[in-house]
Amino acid sequence: MATDNRIHFWRKNAKVPGSIQPVYGAQHPPLDPRIHRTFPKDTPKANNLKSKKASSFHEFARSTNDAWDIDDEEDEDFLAPIHPSSLPPTLHSTHQVHPLPPQQPINTTIEPDTGPGPADRLAPPTAEVRLQHEEATDCGQINGRVVVKSSSEALLNTNTVRSTLQKQQSLPVRPIIPLVARISDQNSSGAPIMTVRDKSRLDKFKYLLSCPNTDLEELRKHSWSGIPREVRPITWRLLSGYLPVNMERRDLVLKRKRDEYFGFIEQYYHSRTDETYKDTYRQIHIDIPRTNPLIPLFQQPAVQEVFERILFIWAIRHPASGYVQGINDLVTPFFVVFLSEFVEEDVENFDVASMPLDTQRNIEADSFWCMTKLLDGIQDNYTFAQPGIQNKVKALEELVSRIDEDIHNYFKRYEVEYLQFAFRWMNNLLMRELPLRCTIRLWDTYQAEQEGFSHFHLYVCAAFLIEWRKEILSMVDFQGLLMLLQNLPTIHWGNEEVGLLLAEAYRLKYMFADAPNHYKR
Amino acid sequence: MGDESYNFVFKVVLIGESGVGKSNLLSRFTKNEFNHDSRTTIGVEFSTRTVQLDTATIKAQIWDTAGLERYRAITSAYYRGAVGALLVYDITKHLTYESVERWLKELYDHADPHILVMLVGNKSDLETLRTVPTVEAKEFAEKKGILFMETSALDSTNVEAAFQEVLTAIHKKVASREVTRGSISAVTLSSATGTASEVQEERRTCCKNL
Repeated sequence: MATDNRIHFWRKNAKVPGSIQPVYGAQHPPLDPRIHRTFPKDTPKANNLKSKKASSFHEFARSTNDAWDIDDEEDEDFLAPIHPSSLPPTLHSTHQVHPLPPQQPINTTIEPDTGPGPADRLAPPTAEVRLQHEEATDCGQINGRVVVKSSSEALLNTNTVRSTLQKQQSLPVRPIIPLVARISDQNSSGAPIMTVRDKSRLDKFKYLLSCPNTDLEELRKHSWSGIPREVRPITWRLLSGYLPVNMERRDLVLKRKRDEYFGFIEQYYHSRTDETYKDTYRQIHIDIPRTNPLIPLFQQPAVQEVFERILFIWAIRHPASGYVQGINDLVTPFFVVFLSEFVEEDVENFDVASMPLDTQRNIEADSFWCMTKLLDGIQDNYTFAQPGIQNKVKALEELVSRIDEDIHNYFKRYEVEYLQFAFRWMNNLLMRELPLRCTIRLWDTYQAEQEGFSHFHLYVCAAFLIEWRKEILSMVDFQGLLMLLQNLPTIHWGNEEVGLLLAEAYRLKYMFADAPNHYKR
Repeated sequence: MGDESYNFVFKVVLIGESGVGKSNLLSRFTKNEFNHDSRTTIGVEFSTRTVQLDTATIKAQIWDTAGLERYRAITSAYYRGAVGALLVYDITKHLTYESVERWLKELYDHADPHILVMLVGNKSDLETLRTVPTVEAKEFAEKKGILFMETSALDSTNVEAAFQEVLTAIHKKVASREVTRGSISAVTLSSATGTASEVQEERRTCCKNL
């Protein structure tokens, strides 16, 4: 444990990493470390990313290798005092953590921060910020979020915002990368043109999906390397076992399942105020606004209500675990993917209430059932004491001790426990460590695999950890290690990075899965 | 100040019901930030800050835990070695205050008996929605022999003060050797030049088997 660290703390070492870091991965989307403000005077110098003016996304992605170098000169652009024109737009959820009575909530309708890079900021014309304390509290803008700071270095935009999008490139370095995958099956570099290869893959999928009885094995095989966006909704439904492979049966089954779900709503949803269920409902209710706070889609009341219903019904139908924080995240990819079938533009800003009610209901029901199927395979992650997670973290440790002794010993040396960072990896299936678009791509493969969410996920976690070995081995104390591991810089990741990660995970699984002895010492 | 030398490392945990504001107390203290868009804490999260007390430089190692019941089986492991705890409730949600007794019990079940505890009533900026009278909480704290403060992570009222008071009290306890060697395992004492520690803690193998 950290607390057992002894003389390590006492090494005077110039390479003490800035222990006060912006919280990267814990936020969603992960913060861009290149945009953060200076810290209060009595804290160590901020450890900033070297601001390489990469001329392409790929260069930039590679340049994150030195993310944890210290003693870099600070880039003035990034650390200049907060200035309106260079700041990302204010982004603010209209929801408090606790839903308040209609008393002056912080009430901004602001443009979303849908992109991770500095150039990705969507600039609102301006934002209206009404604070609960009209007088003293100042607001700063950090990375697109309203950050309330006590210092007087404040920034208040007081004009009204319109809800139209305006993309503004404050720094001409990064392409705009949405959190969710875009229309074509493109990688994160934003390349708009579908390659010949992409086109032929799409054709293959379309062919497979046109057969009266879908060949699930073939579909899985092709899905492993990523599903073209256009066919993802139906492919996910098929792979999860929700949609029958027989085309003729589909309409009937869908109708039945959807009716069944809404039957549950009718039957059970009212009981959320009952003594037995009100705690469950309360917890769900305060968690929903905190689920995807930076994506406008999820601030819409219509969407939040969908999430509440799905999670509440699931929870009461699964009393062995009930609702556990983290499960809320698992609705998101299904909802987004099924919604994307009806959305041409950015799904992140789409107004769900503008869709026909039937369509909304279908998306909701399908999300519920697919999420149910996913959770069926990992329910012991969430039952009391969460044995599934404990076992998986232990398995991760064993695996890492085999595949990367350096890392494993390094953790031992600095007394980092795997549980301290990998708990969240297992509980939220890496969703907190990756941008949403990457999760969606990841789930293509997870659904193609057998037991992907429970079994293959382990190898993905191992590969993910080893990915950062250079950064890990450059840390010099417990603090630095843990701050790194809880805030891994994946903000610019896209299909490419996930693809590499999956390839590596596959390699590991191939090597170790059939070697039972590797779990024994 | 890229190179900090510090005399002590104090591990402090934030505990309390879900949604009371633990994560924002952490970010307010360690980064001077309040984030309306924070997500639910999963497992534990971690941040540090170095503070200057009268005679010593303290590296505060702050652990933020998830408040939900389900996680307690996992997070109980995190109490080990903590020398301080901020037990947080929401002054506008009486239910979160009612759980305090239970949290205290859990704390004393899992943490060091000498752990320094402060009861923190957060969200003091929402005075008009208050459901927990200050006096009542203060009296409860006194009865339990723990510190007490009301804070607002949002407007930063008393956040600095709360942590400072806790860290100072811990330091006082440690410095006065009220605590015998080895019983508080988080603390390592040394001169500022960073030589070997005085306190040797025994490795707890039970930590491995969660």
